Amino acid sequence: MTGAVPTVTTADAVIENAPTTVADAAPAGRGRLVLGRLLAARGAVAGTVIVLLLFLLAFVGPYLTHWHYTDIDYAAMRQPPSATHWFGTGGLGQDVYAQTLRGLQKSLIIGLLVALLSTVVAGLVGACAGYFGGWTDRLLIFFVDLMLVFPSFLVITIISPRLKNTGWIAFVVLLAAFNWMITARVVRSMTISLKEREFVRAAQFMGVRPLRIILRHILPNAASYLIVDATIAVGSAVMSETALSYFGFGVKAPDVSLGTLIADGTDAAPTYPWMFYFAAGLLVLFVLAVNLIGDGLRDALDPTAEAGRAPSRRAARLSRSTRTPKGSR
Amino acid sequence: MLRYLAKRLAYYLLLLVVSVFLAYALSSASLNPRAYFEAKQPRPSAAAVDRQLTALGINDHTPIVERFGHWSSDLVLHGDLGRSINDTSVNAEFGRRIWVSLRLMLIGSLLGMLLGVAGGAWSAVRQYRISDRALTIFSFVVLSTPVFLMALFLKNGAIALNQASGHQLINFTGYETPGLTGGFGAHLSDWAVHLLLPTLSLALGGLATYSRYQRGTMLDVLGSDYLRTAEAKGLTRRRALVKHGLRTAVIPMSTLFAYSFLGILTGATFTETIFGWHGMGEWFINAINENDTNAVVAVNLFAAVVVLASGFVADALHAALDPRVRH
Repeated sequence: MTGAVPTVTTADAVIENAPTTVADAAPAGRGRLVLGRLLAARGAVAGTVIVLLLFLLAFVGPYLTHWHYTDIDYAAMRQPPSATHWFGTGGLGQDVYAQTLRGLQKSLIIGLLVALLSTVVAGLVGACAGYFGGWTDRLLIFFVDLMLVFPSFLVITIISPRLKNTGWIAFVVLLAAFNWMITARVVRSMTISLKEREFVRAAQFMGVRPLRIILRHILPNAASYLIVDATIAVGSAVMSETALSYFGFGVKAPDVSLGTLIADGTDAAPTYPWMFYFAAGLLVLFVLAVNLIGDGLRDALDPTAEAGRAPSRRAARLSRSTRTPKGSR
Repeated sequence: MLRYLAKRLAYYLLLLVVSVFLAYALSSASLNPRAYFEAKQPRPSAAAVDRQLTALGINDHTPIVERFGHWSSDLVLHGDLGRSINDTSVNAEFGRRIWVSLRLMLIGSLLGMLLGVAGGAWSAVRQYRISDRALTIFSFVVLSTPVFLMALFLKNGAIALNQASGHQLINFTGYETPGLTGGFGAHLSDWAVHLLLPTLSLALGGLATYSRYQRGTMLDVLGSDYLRTAEAKGLTRRRALVKHGLRTAVIPMSTLFAYSFLGILTGATFTETIFGWHGMGEWFINAINENDTNAVVAVNLFAAVVVLASGFVADALHAALDPRVRH
């Protein structure tokens, strides 16, 4: 995640054709350029298709079978996949298909919410630290460092006994609370170079309030990084969620998530593989698809990257050196 | 350079003190050791419970700051981490488990790092060939698999392999076969077999992450002018790549190394629990479930020291490799 740190030239070049000015940008619209590059990246297209299909499966799929995820079929226990139970049945006769889709739903929602929340927090904190500088910066960075000392898993696990009766929304907030720090650091360093730029200076001299400058001028110019980062964050949030749920510290019964399903199926995996591998496979598939989209987006939004297939290294270098002066001050 | 490192060290010590206090406060506020004693049969009187809690230094009627004062002065003056909830020494348990965890984490992370840097550099040199693409796809799949799931996959694979062959080819429970007889060689190979899967589940993640970043930084370096100059001076391609290319390309990785220890710590918790290693991670999970405050704080102290030490090592490495940092 940290590697997505764009160099100064990248950030500057992004500013040249900032996303906010897409509408009135000259000949080659940036939106069209990015879309074109994205479509040329086969990985990103495949990732998007897979994510859309998984969403369809998670939210429409449950209506295709009459089994509900809480139903128990006493006539069929530990049955392999069949026409009645598409993914087989669990140890008590639960329908694995209905359960898996329910778990997928919960994991998808949690992943999206966590990514959204943590990106908003990261953008605001990072931009404030970078923009105001001085003691605000020092205090915020100390706070960020402090939160990075402990793996979030440890802290969330410690707090989890207090959250026994609060449901999964509190869990979302907790996951987001420990997922924004590294992004905030990157946004901070981007802001430090952005606030010296002419348009920010102009806004300052016109008397625009700091918070408004951050929202209107700084954050839109960090948008391409934030978009890529939010995409990757969806995948990592789902991974943290399932890991915590696997150990019983996240989503708890009666709710199910992919993590709790994998935990339930672990012991049965060698003998009754369907109880384990459907949930595990969908989890890996979803995170993989999200990562592919993130990778494609990063290439598409990076102005120094080659559109479509990169030609020889020499050509890439030549084009890079002709592009850089445009972005430099 | 020493001045710079001394400043970083002071900062890390400050972070350590504040974060350990916060961990202490959080654990004390969140866990409920009183419930552990009240659930005992026959049910002890409230006064007896109070007495026991006070003896262990975890009575929730004492203010947290006061409890932390006692705990930290014991730690600083006597190196004493307190008593666990069933009145055994936390220090003894800590000493037993720390080596189990460190062995796993060190071997796992070093292996992942070496393989990742080598794989990434190799992949960059062979950009867009089949081997490069294969490594890319492989690391994408690994990066999309949570560590606990990777451990489970490896475990299931080993079970299937053992069943297919009819022998116990890969032993994956615990870190040694109890009561094994034989010489040093037998013990060593027994260790190695037990280490295989847990280490692999940690190292694969490292391999995937590092190779992605290393490939990127190496590609930037490959197009650079100074590498061409080095070759023009008469160095062979291989020598120029290793002496001039790799060194520059490794620098950005040293920061990544510090952050990655957060992941390794978490990953070790999962692998220990799944493969039945009695290390710090397993202790942590058990301690949470038993409301054993002092043990939880001890594991947190361990985590904080590991993370901050690796941060310091990363700073030192960065300063040693990149002359600009020193001034």
